[in-house]
Amino acid sequence: MSTMAADDLHEEHHPSGIMRWVTTTNHKDIGTLYLWFSFIMFFIGGAMALIIRSELFQPGMQFVDPQFFNSMTTMHAIIMIFGVVMPAFTGLANWLIPMMIGGADMALPRMNNWSFWILPFAFTMMLSTLLMDGGGPAGGWTLYPPLSLQTGDALPFVIFSIHFMGMSSIMGAINVIATILNMRAPGMTLMKMPLFVWTWLITAYLLIAVMPVLAGGVTMLLTDKFFGTSFFNAAGGGDPVLFQHIFWFFGHPEVYILILPSFGVISSIIPTFARKPLFGYSSMVYATASIAFLSFIVWAHHMFTVGMPLAGELFFMFATMLIAVPTGVKVFNWVCTMWRGAMTFETPMLFSIAFIILFTIGGFSGLMLAITPADFQYHDTYFVVAHFHYVLVPGSIFAIIAAVYYWLPKWTGHMYSEFWGKLHFWLSTIFVNVTFFPMHFVGLAGMPRRIPDYALQFSDYNQIATIGAFGFGFSQLIFLWLVIATIRGGAKATDRVWDGAHGLEWTLSSPPPYHSFTTPPNVGDEWNWFTREHYETVKTRS
Amino acid sequence: MRSIILFLGLMAIASQNLWAEVQPYNMTEGVTDISKKVFDLHMLIFYICCVIGLLVFSAMAISLFRDRKSKGVIPAEFHESTALEFIWTVLPFAILIGVSIPAAKVLIAMEDTSGADMTIKVTGYQWMWRYEYVDHDIDFYSILKTPRDEIYNRAEKTDNYLLEVDNELVLPTNRKVRILITSNDVIHAWWVPDLALKKDAIPGYISQVWTVIEKPGIYRGQCAELCGRDHGFMPVVVRALSPEDYDRWVLNQENKNMASSQRTNQSSDQKVKNVAAATNTQAALSN
Repeated sequence: MSTMAADDLHEEHHPSGIMRWVTTTNHKDIGTLYLWFSFIMFFIGGAMALIIRSELFQPGMQFVDPQFFNSMTTMHAIIMIFGVVMPAFTGLANWLIPMMIGGADMALPRMNNWSFWILPFAFTMMLSTLLMDGGGPAGGWTLYPPLSLQTGDALPFVIFSIHFMGMSSIMGAINVIATILNMRAPGMTLMKMPLFVWTWLITAYLLIAVMPVLAGGVTMLLTDKFFGTSFFNAAGGGDPVLFQHIFWFFGHPEVYILILPSFGVISSIIPTFARKPLFGYSSMVYATASIAFLSFIVWAHHMFTVGMPLAGELFFMFATMLIAVPTGVKVFNWVCTMWRGAMTFETPMLFSIAFIILFTIGGFSGLMLAITPADFQYHDTYFVVAHFHYVLVPGSIFAIIAAVYYWLPKWTGHMYSEFWGKLHFWLSTIFVNVTFFPMHFVGLAGMPRRIPDYALQFSDYNQIATIGAFGFGFSQLIFLWLVIATIRGGAKATDRVWDGAHGLEWTLSSPPPYHSFTTPPNVGDEWNWFTREHYETVKTRS
Repeated sequence: MRSIILFLGLMAIASQNLWAEVQPYNMTEGVTDISKKVFDLHMLIFYICCVIGLLVFSAMAISLFRDRKSKGVIPAEFHESTALEFIWTVLPFAILIGVSIPAAKVLIAMEDTSGADMTIKVTGYQWMWRYEYVDHDIDFYSILKTPRDEIYNRAEKTDNYLLEVDNELVLPTNRKVRILITSNDVIHAWWVPDLALKKDAIPGYISQVWTVIEKPGIYRGQCAELCGRDHGFMPVVVRALSPEDYDRWVLNQENKNMASSQRTNQSSDQKVKNVAAATNTQAALSN
C-alpha cells in the first residue's frame, strides 16, 4: 500500500533515542508519552495515598506531622486529578482520535508536543514544593483562602505550576477540537463518529471554557498574597467565598472533564464484547451534551454550607439533582447494549462492567449529596470522600485501565496475558471496594475530611480502608509489569484484535504504521455499524 | 408516583428506629425536629437509590448470566428505542420532583432564623472555638481537652478522645437558639451532627443558624472545614440543659465573672479611696 512506502521513507528522517521523544510531533508517540507520564504520576500520587492511609490506620498520630499530612492530602489530589486522569485521557485522545476518524495525525502536531512537555516541567515544580520552606501546599487541592495564603515559599510555585498544567490542557483541547471538526474522513458525519470521539469533543469544549477560570482564580490568590489586592479579604472589601465561586465554576465542569472520556471508553468496549451495537447512539450523544451543559450551572453544590441565600441553595439543589437524569440515561443505554448480546469477558470487558456498577454506586451517593438539607450533614465528611473516590477510581481509573487493555494489542501488536489481566482486575475490584465502601459509613457516623487523627468510634472502618488501600496500590504493580511485558513481546495481535470490534482503528495493522491514514480511508461498513444503515443492509441481504 | 414516594417515605420513617440502632454506621437522627427531618430525607433518598440500584443491577445480573457467547446465543441487533429513552428520562425526572418537594420544605425551615429566644456568637480560631453569650456577659474559649500524651500514644486513649473540651457550649432545651458564626482567621465550620447544624465560619462575615434542642444531653461535633495543622483537633461540644438548669448556669457564670473581676481588678472607686486615705495620713502626719 502506498502508505507503507511513504512511511518507510519517513522513518529515515526521525531522530532516535531520547531526541525522538523530545521532538516528536507524532500523535502515537505523544499519546505514549502522556500515558507513561500518567502511569508514573499514578504511583507517586498512590504513594501519597498510602502515607495518608498509614497515618489513618489507627487513632493517634503515629507517622507524620499533621501539617505534612495536610500537604499529602493536598498533593495526592492535585497529582491524581491533573497528573494522572487528565493526562491519561489526553494520551488516549492522542492515540485514538486520529485513527478513529481516519485522520493522519492531530491538527496541530507541534503544539501537541509542547502540550505534553509542559507537564513534566510543571509537576517537577509542583513536587519540589514539598521541599521548600514552610512545606508544600497544605490547604487542600481546592486552595481556599485565607488558609491557602498561609502557605510558605511554595505558594507562587504551586500557582505557576497550575498555570502550566492549565496551558497544557487548553492547548490539548484546542488540538482535539480542530482535529475532530476538520480532519474526519469524507463521509464521517458527526453523528457517525465513535462515541469516544464525541465525548472528547465535548470534554475539549469544557476544558477551554473552565481552565482559564481556574487560572484567573489562582492568579487572584497570587495578587492577594503579593500585590496588595483584597479579592478574598473582607477587610479590603473582598470575600473568601468569592474564591470558592470562581474555583467551583471551574471545579464542577472539571469533574465532568474527568469522567466524560470514560463514558466514551466504556461505550467503545461494551458493544465490542457484547457483539451488539451501542444502544441509543444519538441519546448517548445528547445525554453527554446535556451533562456538559448542566455541569456549568451546579457549582455551588460544593458550597452548600457557606451561607448562601435560600434561593441559591434551592436552585443549585434542583439543578444538581437534574444531572442524575442524563447520567442515568447513559447507564441504562449501556445495560441495554449488554442485553441480548453475546458476551465474553476479556479483561477490558471486566473493567467496563465493574465501571458501570461501581460508577453507578458513586452516582447514587452523589444524588444523596445533592439534597441540600442532607448535605449539611454530609459536607466535608468521609461520605463525600467515598462519593468522589467511587466515581474517580472505579470510575475514571478503571475506564483508563480498560482502555489500555482494550487498545494495547493494537498499539503494541502483542496480546497481553489474560491470566494476569484478570488477576489484576479481581484484585483491583475487591480492594477498591474494601478501601472506599467503609468511608460511606464513617462519613455518615460523623468523621470529617482532611483530619490526620480521629475519634475512637471510627477506628474499625479506617483500619479496613487502609488494608484495602495497600491491597489496591500493590495490585497496580501487576498492571505495570503486564504493560511492560506486552510492549516487549507476547502473542501476535491481529488487525481486528477483538472479533466484535468495529471502528476505523481496527482496520489498521497491529501495531499501526507510524503514520496511518496518510490518505483518507474509504467510508464503507466500518462505522455504518453504529447506525441503522448497516442493519438495513444486512436485513435485505438475508 | 406520588403514592410510591409517600409509601417509601413512610417506610423510611417507620423503620427509623431500626436504622437508628445501626449507629455508628448511619447518620444520627439527632435531638431536634429539624435533625429528624434531615434524617428522614437522607433515608428517603437512600431507599430510592437502593430500589433503582436493585433494578439496574438485577437487569445486569440477568444479562451477565444469560447473554453469553459461551452459551451459544446469537447477539440481537436492536440498538435504539425512542419509547425507552422517553420512559427512562421522564420517570427518573418525576422521582426527582417527588424528592425535591420535601427537601425544599426542610431547607426553607432550616433557613428561618426569626423569633429566636437567645443568641450565641461562635468564632472560629486556629485552632479552637470561642463562645459569646450575646444576651449575657459570658465569653470563653473552648479548647480540646485531650492530652497530647494520648494523641502521641504515650497514654491510653479515653472515651471521647478528640471530642472533649475544657469549656462546653451550654444551651437550653426547648428554646429557639440563634447561633451566629464567624471566624478570626481562616475558614472553619461549626458542626454538631445531633443538631444537624453545619455552617462555615468565614472571617469578616457572619452566618447564622438556629436550633431548638428537644433533649438534654451532651452533643459532640468537629470543625468541618480544613483550617490548618490542627483542623482535626478543635471539636465542638454542646451541653444541653433544661431551661431551669440553663438559667441557673447562666446566673452562676455571671456571678463568677463578677467575683473574679472584683478579686483581680480593683474598681476605680476603690483606687481613689486608697489614694485619698494615703493622702489624709500624710496630711495628718505632717500637721
